[in-house]
Amino acid sequence: MNNIKFKSRIVIIQSNFIKGMNKLLNYIWAGMILFSVICAAATGRMEQLSTSVLSGASDAVTLVLSMTGMMCAWTGLMKIADEGGLTLLLSKALNPLMRRLFPDCKAGGPAVKAMCMNITANLLGLGNAATPLGIAAMQELKKNNPTQTADNSMVTFVVLNTASIQVIPTFLGTMRAQYNSAAPFDILPAVWVTSLCSVIVGLAAAKVMEGFSSG
Amino acid sequence: MDNLGIWVIPAVVLCIILFGFIRKVPVFDTFVSGAKEGLLSTVSILPSLIGLIMAVSMLSASGALDLLSSFLAPAARLIGLPKQAMPLALIRPISGSGSTAVLLQIFQDSGPDSFIGRVASVMSGSTETTFYAIAVYFGAVGIKKTRHAIPAALTADLTVCILAALTVRLFFSS
Repeated sequence: MNNIKFKSRIVIIQSNFIKGMNKLLNYIWAGMILFSVICAAATGRMEQLSTSVLSGASDAVTLVLSMTGMMCAWTGLMKIADEGGLTLLLSKALNPLMRRLFPDCKAGGPAVKAMCMNITANLLGLGNAATPLGIAAMQELKKNNPTQTADNSMVTFVVLNTASIQVIPTFLGTMRAQYNSAAPFDILPAVWVTSLCSVIVGLAAAKVMEGFSSG
Repeated sequence: MDNLGIWVIPAVVLCIILFGFIRKVPVFDTFVSGAKEGLLSTVSILPSLIGLIMAVSMLSASGALDLLSSFLAPAARLIGLPKQAMPLALIRPISGSGSTAVLLQIFQDSGPDSFIGRVASVMSGSTETTFYAIAVYFGAVGIKKTRHAIPAALTADLTVCILAALTVRLFFSS
């Protein structure tokens, strides 16, 4: 596990994709601030803007610190589930589904195993574990693909990771609780229906587009 | 219908503890070490959240956020989303901390239990940072041509935008 994490970190640092993303975020962030100042100047809200600079920054700290307790409680509970072998159990249960989603991969092979672990970690909301497992899965898939073009299995796997399949979105619930929601987790059924539909649509779209997008 | 949501958390907590106990996990020790990991990861998102919450509260205080929402209102109507949720839809695929900041601003302005607050919650809970995930996974193995990954992933995100308001109406009809 540590080895995978270490290796993947090096790869991430080298990735041009990430550099591109960070560059974009730099522009967006600067743009947000620039736009705010121009807007405030035009509408005469400079005083409100000036208070918001300081309050915004301090709000962030108060908020994160007060959310820390709940977040820690959740990661603690999930650690118990993980140590008890829940991730391994669930990822075995995924096998039949994997055969349908990834017909090009050998059933029970190392790529499928790594993908199962990643999907389970995502379901359980173990974000820190999911990313290195996902990268390990991509490295397994890459062994059958020497080119720089994604194959169908890779695309399907990545699309699955761009959709949220977390069963209990704890961070969201914690934020809702922080703003005095009467029942922070009452949105769960709506989230489940929406997530499930979006994952199905995403995977179906990937299957349909396979035919049209050549390598 | 909304009673279902209230039961989920206590049931999950109980199941996890029982499961750990049956599997002979030292439950408290494990909890403590997991909580420690949670502490580290929460603290590590703090710096980027400070920057982005600052920027979003500036956008809000200057009236720029309202302006942006009104500008995007026609697109919002098209997919049946409240216009206040449009900035969230735009930033969600690009930046995790950015969308957290926008979501919190919505909670502050409208409250988490309002219609808009709930729609924004469903949007956050049903999507991931799409472009970031694509960048990390393909970047890690040196794939340059991602083929249909981006269109397929964005189709899923669009589905969430369309369904968020519908499911909130369905589950919170009162």
